[in-house]
Amino acid sequence: MRFDLIFKHADMFLDSIVMTLELTVASLAIGMLIAMPVAVLRTMRLPYIDAVLRGYVFVFRGTPMLVQTYLVYYGLSQFEFIRDSFLWTVLRSPFNCALIAFSLNTGAYTAEILRGAIEATPKGEIEAAQAIGMSPLRMLRRIVIPGAFRRALPQYGNEVILMLHGSTVASIITIQDILGAGRTLNGKYYLAYEGLVTAAVLYLALTFLIAGAFGIAARHLQAHLRPASTR
Amino acid sequence: MKTIAAIAALLATTAVAGAAEMKVCVEGAYPPMSMMNEKGEIVGMDIDLTNALCAEIGTDCLLVKTDWDAMIPSLLEGKCDAIIASMSITPERAQVVAFTQKYLQSPNMFIGKADAGLTDTAEGLSGKRVGVQRGTIAHDFMAGEFADVELGLYGSEEDIYLDLTAGRIDAAFVDAGTGEIAFLSTPAGEGFAFFGAPHREVKYFGEGAGIALRPGEDELREKLNGAIKAIRANGKYMEINNQYFSTDQYGE
Repeated sequence: MRFDLIFKHADMFLDSIVMTLELTVASLAIGMLIAMPVAVLRTMRLPYIDAVLRGYVFVFRGTPMLVQTYLVYYGLSQFEFIRDSFLWTVLRSPFNCALIAFSLNTGAYTAEILRGAIEATPKGEIEAAQAIGMSPLRMLRRIVIPGAFRRALPQYGNEVILMLHGSTVASIITIQDILGAGRTLNGKYYLAYEGLVTAAVLYLALTFLIAGAFGIAARHLQAHLRPASTR
Repeated sequence: MKTIAAIAALLATTAVAGAAEMKVCVEGAYPPMSMMNEKGEIVGMDIDLTNALCAEIGTDCLLVKTDWDAMIPSLLEGKCDAIIASMSITPERAQVVAFTQKYLQSPNMFIGKADAGLTDTAEGLSGKRVGVQRGTIAHDFMAGEFADVELGLYGSEEDIYLDLTAGRIDAAFVDAGTGEIAFLSTPAGEGFAFFGAPHREVKYFGEGAGIALRPGEDELREKLNGAIKAIRANGKYMEINNQYFSTDQYGE
């Protein structure tokens, strides 16, 4: 292991951590904005709209994020009318392309997680809300959505970790994320694994932090589900 | 029947190999330097140069097609006596083989839109985005000499050309030889051209490619060094060069 070379490029790796976090956090945020309406609308099973939303989830969960990113980045840029339109000001940047592909992808997964959690709302909670005369919208806001978020927490934690790991796809469309920095190190010094091991360790550390944060959140938000003696 | 023919051919090759005075390891998988034609023969600029050099030192040469990974081991085991395969002279390799002087030093160059009026200066490239292959000497050069220019880091040269035509990058900085063959001379490269000077700064790009020999073969090395100088002087080198490239691949 050439630790000297890794530490010599500590700056590059620090920048790359910022890049990976920016991409992951921004994608998750936009993905959540997509997922919430999609999940609620899907539980209502509206004609036509449901078919469209199912199609969205089907396509983005059914194809690899690598392919989606490639299509957004290299695919769309092949069309001259796109390059000539205002869309190109957005799509010209690799970061935006990654953000679009990642957000749509995590949006589809998150929508399914939320939908499952909404549909798992205990009947008793609904009946109680109706019994005291809540309107459907108020019930959604006060009972169903908060409960669904609590139930979805462990699964969503997984999705966050998968999204962090999935963001490595960005390195193939010229973005210097953590994996990109590792590959640069390998290429620069003809190394076989130093760059990749460094990247792996950094992802491991970030995953550890994320898992820890979700663990703490779960302890607080799901406190009411634990046996009384441990509360 | 085919098998027998193949074995016979193999034996014949071995027999000839024994008689040849110099066996040269070549690659056959690095167009346009060394490649296979439709007939299954090895052709390319490395091959033409090999023949010219062998003629110059008055030796019969036998080409031994060898995979890149096996080049140096084959040389050291005596399966061939020289490697002529665009092999860059690097300190690591120089520890195990003896290099002749360089016979090739393909420059790196910028490619951009022919009518964009780009120049290879800090001012000319300021605010532009330049594509390079990640982790290559071209990447090092850009990071070292044009620290303020935004870089797009690509996994392969093909991806660079895709984004150059799409307009996501304003210029590419690539090996001039492959840039010309793989992009500029293809329909996709229409409207694009090299700009700026050919870059061969030793600090980044090293000394070029030499012929690798077994250590201690000083007599052969001197003969080949003389032959390289001779074909440079008598125009034979450029005659071969111009069949493949529009720029001189030898350098200074």
